[in-house]
Parts: sequence; structure tokens; C-alpha cells
Amino acid sequence: MAYSDKVLDHYENPRNVGSLDKNDPQVGTGMVGAPACGDVMKLMIKVNDSGIIEDAKFKTYGCGSAIASSSLVTEWLKGRTIEEAYAIKNSEIAEELALPPVKIHCSVLAEDAIKAAVADIKAKQAAKEAA
Amino acid sequence: MSASIEMQVLKGSEHDLHPIYLDYSATTPVDPRVAAKMIPYITEHFGNPASRSHPYGWTAEKAVENAREEVAKLVNADPREIVWTSGATESNNLAIKGAANFYSAKGKHIITVTTEHKAVIDTVRELERQGFEATYLDPEPSGLLDLDKFKAAIRPDTVLASVMLVNNEIGVIQDITAIGNICRENGIIFHVDAAQATGKVHIDLEKLPVDLMSFSAHKTYGPKGIGALYVRRKPRIRIEAQMHGGGHERGMRSGTLATHQIVGMGEAFRIAREEMDEENIRIRRLRDKLLNGLQNIEEVYVNGDLEQRIPHNLNISFNYVEGESLIMAVKGIAVSSGSACTSASLEPSYVLRALGRSDELAHSSIRFSIGRFTTDEDVDYTISLMKGKIDKLRELSPLWEMFKDGVDLSKVEWAAH
Repeated sequence: MAYSDKVLDHYENPRNVGSLDKNDPQVGTGMVGAPACGDVMKLMIKVNDSGIIEDAKFKTYGCGSAIASSSLVTEWLKGRTIEEAYAIKNSEIAEELALPPVKIHCSVLAEDAIKAAVADIKAKQAAKEAA
Repeated sequence: MSASIEMQVLKGSEHDLHPIYLDYSATTPVDPRVAAKMIPYITEHFGNPASRSHPYGWTAEKAVENAREEVAKLVNADPREIVWTSGATESNNLAIKGAANFYSAKGKHIITVTTEHKAVIDTVRELERQGFEATYLDPEPSGLLDLDKFKAAIRPDTVLASVMLVNNEIGVIQDITAIGNICRENGIIFHVDAAQATGKVHIDLEKLPVDLMSFSAHKTYGPKGIGALYVRRKPRIRIEAQMHGGGHERGMRSGTLATHQIVGMGEAFRIAREEMDEENIRIRRLRDKLLNGLQNIEEVYVNGDLEQRIPHNLNISFNYVEGESLIMAVKGIAVSSGSACTSASLEPSYVLRALGRSDELAHSSIRFSIGRFTTDEDVDYTISLMKGKIDKLRELSPLWEMFKDGVDLSKVEWAAH
């Protein structure tokens, strides 16, 4: 399997590895995938009161393309609003990393992780407003 | 661990471009002594061994018969019981299809094991398409076959059983004597795939209750493209030819003999016979060193029985680390992964699944196979490399984080995709 230089760069030097405090009301967590399928992504975003993503961290169990996809989106997410984040398409990730067809599912997973993290922060905000 | 090895691991090394070869179960380099012996039979002694009318043919025939004797000697068989083939895949096909078809009037049921090589499993599947019935037995979690389960699978119409001697992925050694005795008691023809066994375990076909046995040259420092099938003479086992033509090999396998390849296999098997005891001691020491080094890492699991196993194979799962990224990380060594993620299938090893290993553990496995040219330095480098890369990948792994937080991963509801 030949990897693109961008995949190799993210794999060798992953950006924003780690976790945020999941109990922080400003932090949304998205965990997608399954160990049985060979990939699990955990994406955490910290959103300020203006709805802008201040920080993003990830941990990924998966192949090089899965690690690169999640590393890339953490870079993309910082400074964006949650609406902009929600609009990121897997095809943009796949294109940026030049993923081969058998690895497209890695970019799908990264998109799903963003959507799950955004949904989590929205649920937290809604719960806060209801309280 | 020497400082220079640690530097190599950290900074990358020459091994990234020329990885250390630890995939001897996939294939072995041809021993230089074997190559030297083969060359004259490509150039000057080029005759067809079937040519009876001139010295070119006689010279080639003599070389073929010498090699046949060497192959027979390694497994204590009669040279007349050795049939040349193109490799173990052809030997397995010839043995299984040949015997099943010849004896099909006796019955049409075949027993084999789910951890066999595809050359056996797919051959039996083909026979199923032709009207045979088959039972595929799961081994125990150790990789070894439960003899009672084997007995229970026998039917009045069972005609053939096929069980490998040494498993290619996990290196476990099946109890061929016991299985063969059960076959004898029940009048079942017994085939054994020994492709991974020659030069590693002693094989004595005068004593072993085995009727057909497959061999390969390239797993034992011989060339690719040549193998052999042992066909017992007493009591005589008959097989239907699968390749028809000039009636070579007593009609069992037609086709001009590849003299140079055969000479190579003979020489490789001679060396194996003379050197295996000493070599196995050395390889066991290296294996123990590798195992001890890797077992210092948390959450590692050896796949397959560690006692009833050749020392050349170490198949280990590194929990919470995904197989393909692991292979990517360890490019300084040439190993094989139990995870076939590099193909489009995303399927973990069927052998590890048959042992009852979870998908995660099956995905996270690496097969290290040690051989004739492996050194202490190779093993030191490998241990150091694995430790460093496993640490790095676990730092990235959400599963490792959850495990460290005490989360029971089997209770998590995953969003499967």
C-alpha cells in the first residue's frame, strides 16, 4: 500500500493528539467506529460562547489513513464555527490526503466523528438552556 | 540494549530501506550452497531427464534421482514414494483431489481443519462443488486439534482427512501420529501438508501413519516453483493424476522435470537434514530472546500453543493497536500482519479467528518468523523497535486510554460501520 506524502506526514507527526475534559460543558466528544471493524476515532472539540471551536484533540485506533484523516480534521476545526465544522465533507478530507478508494471509509469516519462531536456539544448546550 | 540501536530506532535507520527479514514462513532466501549447485543444471547439464538416448539426458536423470533420494532421506521415505510437483499448492491439490477421486466409490466425505492453508481448504471446497461433503473442524484456542472432536466427525463414508503438520501462521505442531492412527483404525486416507515443517521438525514416514504428504522447497532455503508429494507404497495409495501428458512420475504427474529446481530442492533438503538439529537450537535461543523482550510490553498475547510449536514462529497480538498502522510503523523489519487490511477486504486473519481470538486481537497481530540468517542484532533491533512504536501508537489509541481508565471494552456499544 503506497501512502501519499500527506498521509505519511500526519501519520509520522500527528497533530493535536490527546483528550480534553469530557465533563467540561464547553467540550463535545464524538466517538465513532468499532474495534471489530479495525478503526475507532475519538474527536473532542472545545467550543467558546461565540460558537467557535477553540481547541480540538483526537485519538485514533486504525490504519495510517484513519490516523491522518483525524489528525487533519483537528487542524481544520480550530477557529471554525460549529456550523462550518458540521459542513465539512468526507470528500474534502479524501482529496486533501489523496486517499485511495479502499481508504475512503477513513474520511467518512472522520466526517462522522465531527458530526458526533458537534451533536454532543449541541446536546450539552440544549441541556444547559433547559436547566 | 545498546545505545546505537536506540538511536537507530529513534532516528530511523538503514533498515527502513532494507528491512530486517523476519518473514521466513512466507519464503526463505535460497541458501548460497543450493544456488551454486543449481547453476550447472541450467547451463551445461541442460538435458531433459526423460531423454534416454544420450548422455545429456542421463546426466540430468542422475541429478534428479539423487535429489529424490535427498528429499526421501529427510523424511525417511523410499525415493520411489516421492513425486515432483511445482510446489506445495500443487502437491495438496494432487493429493486431495487425486485420492478423493480415486477412492470416491468408498465414500464422499472429507475431514479437514479451518486453520489449514488455503491450498487445502479451497481444494476441499472445490471437491464439495463436485459432489463431495466436507467437515471443517475448528481447533482449540491453542490452535491444536481435539482428537475427540476429530473422532466424532468421522462418518461411515469418510474417505479422506487432511491436517497440516505445522501451521503457517501460528507455527503449532499437530499430533499427526495420533490423528493418523485414528484414520488407520477407520480406513481413512490421511494427507498431511508439511510445507512449513521440513527442516524444523523430524519427520519419519516409516513410522508415521501418513499416506500422503506435501512438501515445498522454498520454505526450506530451496528455490520457488518446486515441491514434492509423498505417496505411500506400503500399503499402496493410489491417486488420480491431475496433470496429463507424457506419463512422467509414474503417471501421477506429467510434465518435463525442472532439473535445476529439483537439484536445488535436493540440496536444500540435504542441508536441512544435516544441520537442522543445530540450527533449531540457535533459532530457539533467538526466539526466546525475542519473546522475552516483547513480553515486557503490556497487553501482548502469544497466538497459538507455545509448547507444541516450532521455535521459528512467534505470532503475537499487541492489544489496542491496529494491525496496518503497526505494520506501517515497523518498516525497519519485514514481517507479516494477521490483519489483511491492506487488501480491500478488511478481514482479520481467518486462522486467528478460528482460534476464537477477538477481532481486535486478530487485527493487532504480527507474525515474526526467524530463520537461518537471523542474528542476535536483528532480534535486539526488533525488540527496541516494537517497544518504541507500540508506545507511540498506544498514545494515539482511544482504546488504550479506555483500557487504562478501566473501561470494559466488550461492554461498550460501538457504532459499527
